[in-house]
Amino acid sequence: MEAFTTHTGRAVPLRRSNVDTDQIIPAHWLKKITRNGFEDGLFEAWRKDPEFVLNRPERQGASVLVAGPDFGTGSSREHAAWALQNYGFKAVISSRYADIFRGNSLKNGLLTVVLPQPVVERLWEITEADPTAEITVDLVNRRVTAGDGEKAVDEPFELDDNTRWRLLEGLDDISLSLRNETDIAAFEARRPAFKPVTQAL
Amino acid sequence: MLPPEGTAMGRTLAEKVWDDHVVRRAEGEPDLLFIDLHLIHEVTSPQAFEGLRAAGRPVRRTDLTIATEDHNTPTLDIDKPIADPVSRNQIETLRKNCAEFGVRLHSLGDREQGVVHVVGPQLGLTQPGTTVVCGDSHTSTHGAFGALAFGIGTSQVEHVLATQTLPMAPFRTMAVTVEGELPEGVTAKDLILAVIAQIGTGGGQGYVIEYRGSAIEKLSMEARMTICNMSIEAGARAGMIAPDATTFAYLEGRDHAPQGEDWDAAVAYWKTLRTDEDAAFDHEVVIDAAALSPFVTWGTNPGQGAPLSAAVPDPASFADDSERQAAEKALDYMGLTAGTPLREVAVDTVFVGSCTNGRIEDLRAAAEVIKGRKVADGVRMLVVPGSARVGLQAVDEGLDQVFTAAGAEWRHAGCSMCLGMNPDQLAPGERSASTSNRNFEGRQGKGGRTHLVSPRVAAATAVVGTLASPADLARSDSTAPTTEV
Repeated sequence: MEAFTTHTGRAVPLRRSNVDTDQIIPAHWLKKITRNGFEDGLFEAWRKDPEFVLNRPERQGASVLVAGPDFGTGSSREHAAWALQNYGFKAVISSRYADIFRGNSLKNGLLTVVLPQPVVERLWEITEADPTAEITVDLVNRRVTAGDGEKAVDEPFELDDNTRWRLLEGLDDISLSLRNETDIAAFEARRPAFKPVTQAL
Repeated sequence: MLPPEGTAMGRTLAEKVWDDHVVRRAEGEPDLLFIDLHLIHEVTSPQAFEGLRAAGRPVRRTDLTIATEDHNTPTLDIDKPIADPVSRNQIETLRKNCAEFGVRLHSLGDREQGVVHVVGPQLGLTQPGTTVVCGDSHTSTHGAFGALAFGIGTSQVEHVLATQTLPMAPFRTMAVTVEGELPEGVTAKDLILAVIAQIGTGGGQGYVIEYRGSAIEKLSMEARMTICNMSIEAGARAGMIAPDATTFAYLEGRDHAPQGEDWDAAVAYWKTLRTDEDAAFDHEVVIDAAALSPFVTWGTNPGQGAPLSAAVPDPASFADDSERQAAEKALDYMGLTAGTPLREVAVDTVFVGSCTNGRIEDLRAAAEVIKGRKVADGVRMLVVPGSARVGLQAVDEGLDQVFTAAGAEWRHAGCSMCLGMNPDQLAPGERSASTSNRNFEGRQGKGGRTHLVSPRVAAATAVVGTLASPADLARSDSTAPTTEV
């Protein structure tokens, strides 16, 4: 996994709630068998509209998505996190995510930051008023900063220490779990005989 | 009653199953859980197998892993090569991966092939007190057996293939208690749609929901699966129902159910899987079953639903800003006008099937309603069994004849029109009444408009041509002679 420490970039304000993973990447894209090449499928239906925020010339090259509540609901497709990353997003900010989407993002080094909705609204105002305004997502200090003057945002966010550590170090979860081989083998040895198996050993 | 001093508080069903699967617990780390059953399908597994290959890792427990083909598979001409080369490549990739890594696979044409969440239970692999995962959000279905069942992403699929474990963040517990009797004709689908409308699509976020109460205890396994299946639509991590005599009766004699002494030991354990009386839930919701009626969605997320007797809501009636905006966008996409009675909404297509409502009981319910009637002119009705075995059983019972006599299309098993990954799709602007689980924009095909309904409402809607319940048919049957005069 790619490590994440801190990122500064321009934003895409997405004023929509309940953005489900079918909107982030429609199902017909899921027939691919790679982890890359999903950038053109990102928000595919909405991008047909030239006025959609992602299509605006001033949003090209933006790398922080600021979305409404309940982002990433629905299907468990990890392709949603890949599509956002393939397109160039490094971080997403929302007041609430669907659990599976958030887990998928964090496993791929796409930092999904939770901030209260009023702070999200302020980020929308700053980045809509000035498309060149940058947002800094600092995982080291767990802070999001943007804008200056009276309207500036400088807010802490929460992320558990274990997830933060894995992201900062870019660690591979499977290697971490396999360090517990003794514990896994011991559990397997005491697993009751009545538990189901799919085939004879 | 409070527990005596010095003893721990009681535990919920979810906490018991979780505790029984902790491989490693350490301060500051997520618990590492053992996974009893890993279900695989073609869409979310190729990148996981590729990861194993790149790292030189085997599948740790092929005996706890099983695969089937469902999302991409056509429901017609299944004896011919899959027409779409990209779909065909994905299916062939699954076949190669399963052969290379030694994973049991049920391919198209096999009697055990079907929607992954129908296959696990019908084989008896889904059992109480197990942990079940699959790279599919509707894995919550298996919670109907008192299993702790999570949908996972592809990175986690690879993790489980390699380690048979998952590090899992702690969860909160929610009780959805449904007391009383469901009125005649009101089903599990109506109940879960009403629950989601009440708590919202984010209301279950972070929670494992336990459905309990007298109305839940009376439900069949199929109905329980419908309810747990849609827990994810409320944002929950999982949904569960305590195993009881109904569960045991469903499992006994199935291919992978324990036998002999193992059966006795299993049942003894399963009987301990009930929430203790002194256990506390983090959140509780109480629903009066008697107050429910047939429920349908009008919008573009599963929380945007209303009783069939209601009208399309006015977005201005929503106090919350984001809900109001979401309702405005939804009505625009759905091509609906506020105030229109839902019963006047005309559909082009009716879909009966999916992991939500593609089991034998669902097909029986739809058949009972449509028997002796005709699908309305201009309406297309697809009936798709959740698995090949369900399809065979339906044929044995003559249900396929009931559907085809009514003018519906009887198809082979698969995910079909639940999602736009195979040939069964809505055309842009087409409207469906669908027994599936998601009414998202474009879910059933680009530009398609979906109303989520129960199998009974789906069948009645097919006959009338507008959203309808079986009670509407009875009314129109009895008034038919008068209207003919």
